[in-house]
Formats: sequence, structure tokens, C-alpha cells
Amino acid sequence: MKYIDEFRDGDLAQKIAANIASEADPRRNYHLMEFCGGHTHAISRYGIVDLLPDNVHMIHGPGCPVCVLPVGRVENAIQLARIPGLILCSYGDMLRIPTANGMSLLKAKAQGADVRMVYSSADAVKIAQENPQHQVVFFAIGFETTTPPTAVAIKQAQALGLNNFTVFCNHVLTPSAISHILQSPEVRQLGLVPLDGFIGPAHVSTVIGSQPYEYFAEEFQKPVVIAGFEPLDVMQAILMLIRQINEGRAEVENEFTRAVLPTGNIKAQLLVAEVFELRRTFEWRGLGLVPYSALKIKSDYADFDAEQRFQIPVVSIADNKACECGAILRGVKQPQDCKIFGTACTPENPIGSCMVSSEGACAAYYSYGRFREKPHATMKEN
Amino acid sequence: MSSAGKIRPGYTRSLDLKNGCVEMAHGSGGRAMAQLIDQLFLAAFDNEFLRKMNDQACFQSFNGRMAMSTDSHVVTPLFFPGGNIGSLSVHGTINDIAMSGAKPCYLAASFILEEGFPLADLKRIVDSMAQAAQAAQVPIVTGDTKVVEKGSGDGVFITTTGIGTVPDGINISGENARPGDKILVSGTLGDHGIAILSLRENLSFHTSIQSDTAALHDLVACMIAVAPNIHVLRDPTRGGIATTLNEIALQSSVGMMLYENKLPIREPVSAACEFLGLDPLYIANEGKLVAICAPADAGKLLRAMQVHPLGENAALIGEVIEDTHCFVQMQTRFGGKRVVDWLSGEQLPRIC
Repeated sequence: MKYIDEFRDGDLAQKIAANIASEADPRRNYHLMEFCGGHTHAISRYGIVDLLPDNVHMIHGPGCPVCVLPVGRVENAIQLARIPGLILCSYGDMLRIPTANGMSLLKAKAQGADVRMVYSSADAVKIAQENPQHQVVFFAIGFETTTPPTAVAIKQAQALGLNNFTVFCNHVLTPSAISHILQSPEVRQLGLVPLDGFIGPAHVSTVIGSQPYEYFAEEFQKPVVIAGFEPLDVMQAILMLIRQINEGRAEVENEFTRAVLPTGNIKAQLLVAEVFELRRTFEWRGLGLVPYSALKIKSDYADFDAEQRFQIPVVSIADNKACECGAILRGVKQPQDCKIFGTACTPENPIGSCMVSSEGACAAYYSYGRFREKPHATMKEN
Repeated sequence: MSSAGKIRPGYTRSLDLKNGCVEMAHGSGGRAMAQLIDQLFLAAFDNEFLRKMNDQACFQSFNGRMAMSTDSHVVTPLFFPGGNIGSLSVHGTINDIAMSGAKPCYLAASFILEEGFPLADLKRIVDSMAQAAQAAQVPIVTGDTKVVEKGSGDGVFITTTGIGTVPDGINISGENARPGDKILVSGTLGDHGIAILSLRENLSFHTSIQSDTAALHDLVACMIAVAPNIHVLRDPTRGGIATTLNEIALQSSVGMMLYENKLPIREPVSAACEFLGLDPLYIANEGKLVAICAPADAGKLLRAMQVHPLGENAALIGEVIEDTHCFVQMQTRFGGKRVVDWLSGEQLPRIC
């Protein structure tokens, strides 16, 4: 495939791997966090860890929108789907997420709820147009990448005069989550999570640009390299981070220049600002309440807000006690450190969020990396 | 077919195969059912066994081992590029029989029809079954028809059952893979699944990909002729090649190592998988087989496959290794390794 195979070239990968091996200082360790699930997926799927020296450790961050959505919101969606005559439209990833009692949207569908998998928010608008007698709710999730399409859907529904279309908004913001991790006691004071640098988001950055990361680089003195989701992008970003660390620099660099501008996509940003506003606080699975980390629909568009129309309550459901997803999402632990990883918690019966989506750290390890008997990098939480 | 012989033809009007629909009466054992069987099924499948109009087919028994298999078909949509549920139901069971190395001899076909289903569509399906059976030289010798109320089915469900004879000295089974064996595949992967997906209501994208639905028994016969000691044969249908290899790994208590750069995958299939967030290794095939054989047989087996029209893209894709975990792994094109795991649940597209 043109423009794709070029970024998966094995020979070029070996050359970058050789550069990484020669430039990584053997006297020190490099702990690099890839924030995005897309990067986690690429690292696992292409076996990138096999190409890295033992002292370069990848830490999987919380950038999987399916993984960080709190169980309470999934429960809300299931309750919505059970309203007779209501059609709930959701991205495929969300359907399998289990709640505390093992229920999921897929199971609710099997029991008769009208749950439809859609590929885009536009599909949900189309379903609303075709079913004027039914309430249609779009279960909107995701980071800054999927937010503009949701804004478009709301504007479209308004233009079409659809009174049966609403959005259950769960959009979250990347920079707030990164700040939260960097400000956590484990990273800042206790030094339990050595974090030397970040691989910055790919698709998210096409929307928000590279500027929002300047703050982390400056404030926390951590280098950030924005990288695409192809495996060569990830390799190149690792090399760029190692160079920055070796030279004592903490800058925002952009490996993904073919798609990311410093200012991002202004049109998309304006659209989002028109339809959404900040929530004072929002619960993230694994991170807890994170201030100003999510969006809600502005009162001007309240007619399209499912939370308003259906009076959706705030439900907070704690994760299973044995589950280490919280620590894994913060980079404190690795999947293999969790007692229930691969035993009670598997992709068939996911207990924690990281096992649900293939972008989750646990599912990626389980599905792609189980042949590694010894974890590549382990960290202990005291 | 069942009960057909009890009623003499004397229909006032012939079956309206253009505009008519399946009615409850077509399954109730009366004159309407006899007419449907006579004018549709018998007319299409015509052979000496069906013509006897008994509830069963009687044939001479065979010496030696026999193979038997059954397969239900519930595909949506019923018609797709490269075939339909009819041809699929014939090929599916023939292939299940053939994967034991057996020569398929006879088929039985059972139909569950939904009230209101257009007879014109049913005729297309039945005709395509008849063509597939004739091309494969495996007659449909007995069958059954039931009708369910509208809303209780999805148009047509077809179950086919087959019986075949295993040549002497052939012992092909999923438990026979040994470390060191080579893994071969008969052609490009994922064609059927992508052809079907491209028509699904909420996806509908344009692709030139056709379903690969085909009967593989002739290919198998050619393979056995050059390498009678093939260890394992299996057709990677639902769940794709990843699932098939995981099944075999578990049955044989071995591991497997695939080479990503050797996998034959058409570009439109990889492209569709790329934008749908799917993995071609988990996409269904309906006219492909996986063969596992001793290293000494691999070369001649591959050549025999490649000269057959259904095996021209055959490739050696990996080897069997020792592994107590029975993992299927893949050497990626990128230079790393990863596990090719069982599919969990349905393959769902990723969000970003």
C-alpha cells in the first residue's frame, strides 16, 4: 500500500535500531512513555521492543479513550440503550466494555436493546434521519481526534432540524491527562515512575497542534516528540528522544511533520469551541477525578445533549480491587505485575479497562506479547 | 425429497418463480410443498437418488474409512461478489470433507426458509447450489425444507451434510503437526470476509475483491498425489488463518512461527483492513486451505499447489516449532516478533 508500506520498512527499521543502539548510553536507563493507545498498538503489533536495547523501556500511557472511560459512564450508556424504542449508536470498541456486574452494550444488545455499531458520528445522524419515530443517542467518546466530528454531527442535526438526535458526550482532553500524570506524587516527589520523555500523540496533535505540549517540556523539563502511528514513526521518535535526553534538552519536537502543524487544525478547534465547553472535573478510569479534563455540550446546543434530555445521573463504580489498571495507566506498574493479568482477566473476560481494547496496555501485551516470558521492564510500587 | 412421493402432481398453476414468495404452506407437507420440491429443488438438483422421491438416499457402502461433516450457513448478505449462500453451502461442506484427504461423494441439503422470501431469490440460490454440486461432481442426494414465520429467520438458512471416502494410507488430522514441519497456504487471505464486509449496510465501500468460495477437493487430490503424508489440512474459514493455526497448535501441542512477509494478501484486502481497523489474519476465507507437512515434502507440495488453478498463489508461510504454551507467533516484516492470538469475541474495529 502506497504511503503506508514506506512507514513499515524493515530495512529502515534496522538502520534506526542500529542508531538507537549506538546512541543510547549503556550506563543509564531511558524510560519513555507513549501516551497514545495507537502507539501502544503499533509497538506491540510490530514487535518494536525487540528492536530496542535493554535499557530503553517503553511505558504505556493512558491514551486509549475506551480504557479511560469510567465504568459509571458505560453503565449510563447501557441504561440509555435499555429505554424502549431508543437506538444507541456507538463506536465498535466500546461495545465489549464490561461494567461491574459483567453487563456490556453487546450483552444488552443480545437481550434486546437496540445498539448499533457505527464508524462515524455521521452514521448516527443518518440513523436518526431514517428513524424519526425513535430517539437516537450517539455515545461520543475519544480524545481531541473524535471531538470535531461529534461537533459536526451536532451542527448537522441542528441544520436538519432533527429532534430525535442527542449526543452522550464523553470527550476528554489529552494535555490535562499528561499534566495529571506528571503532577502525580509517584512521578513528582516519590520518583517511583522514572519518566524521561514522552512520545506525543499522533492524530490528537493533528487537531491541537504541537504548541500545547510546550508547557510540559518547559514546566516538567521532559522532552516530547510528536510521532505518527506507523512503526517507523515510533522508532524515529525514540531515537529523537534519546538524543534530547543525552544532550540535556527538553523540547517539543515534531516527527509527524507530514500531518501536524504547530497550530494544529484551527477550523476544527473553532468548531469544538463553538459546540463544547470544559467540564469542571471528570472521572478517568485509573486516574480518578481530573480537573478540566473533559468537554460537555454548551447550553446553546442543550437540545442535542443526551445528559439533559434523559437526565443521566452521575454513577461512580469502583474498579475490581485486584485490578491494577490504575497503576498501569499511570505507568507505575506493567501488565505482568498484576496478579489477575492473563488469569482472571483476559480479553474474553476483561476485568480491567486495559484488557478491553486492543489499544489497552494489558490487551496489547496479552494478544501480541505473551511469548516474552520475562517482562522487558519492571518497576515496583512500594 | 421428504414426503414428495406421496402426492401426485396436479397443480392448478405452476410455481410463480418470478414474483411469488415463500408461504407457510410451502413447509406444511401438503400440495404446495410437493410443488416447491418438484418444480424448484428436484428440477435443479436432478439425479437418480432424488428422482426416487424417498425420504432418504440409499447407496452402496464403501470399503475403508469414511469422512462425514455438516455445516450450517447463515451468511448476510445472501448474495455477494463471487457467490451466494447456495454455492457457499456446497463448497463449505465439500471442503470440510476434503480436509481429511477424503473424496467427497454425496451431499444432503436442509433449508430453513422465512415466510415471504422471494421465490426468485430462492431459485437463484438453488441454481447456484446445483451448479456448484455439478461442477464438483458431488450430487445432492437428499434434503429437507422447513418454513418459519416472517421475522423468525433471515431469509434462508442452509445446512449441508456430506459424506466421503478416505483413500487408504491417508492420515490427515489436526493433531499431526510436528516441530520442524512447514506451513503452506493455498492462496490469498481474507478475500471472502472483505467481499462480505464491503456489502454490509453500515459500511458499504467499493472493492474489486470477490469472495474466494470454491470447492477444494480436487486441489487436495492433486496434493495427496505428490505428498500422501501431509500431516494437517484445514480450511481457514471463520476466524481466519489465525484461528485455524491456533486450533491446530493446541491440538498438536506445538507452537508456530509465521513470516509476515510471506503471507499472500491482496492489496485491496490489506487496504480495506487498514481503514476498517481489522487484521487480515482473522478474516474469513471460503476457498483456501492450510497444509502442514514434513520439511522434505514442502517443496513438491508447494509446486503441486501452484500448478492447480485454485493454488496459483500458494505460499510457504511459516513453520511449526516447539512451544509448551502453544503460541502462534509471527516474525513481523518490521523485524520484531508478536503473538498471533485467538480472536476474542467478534473482531471489532478500533476507534483511532
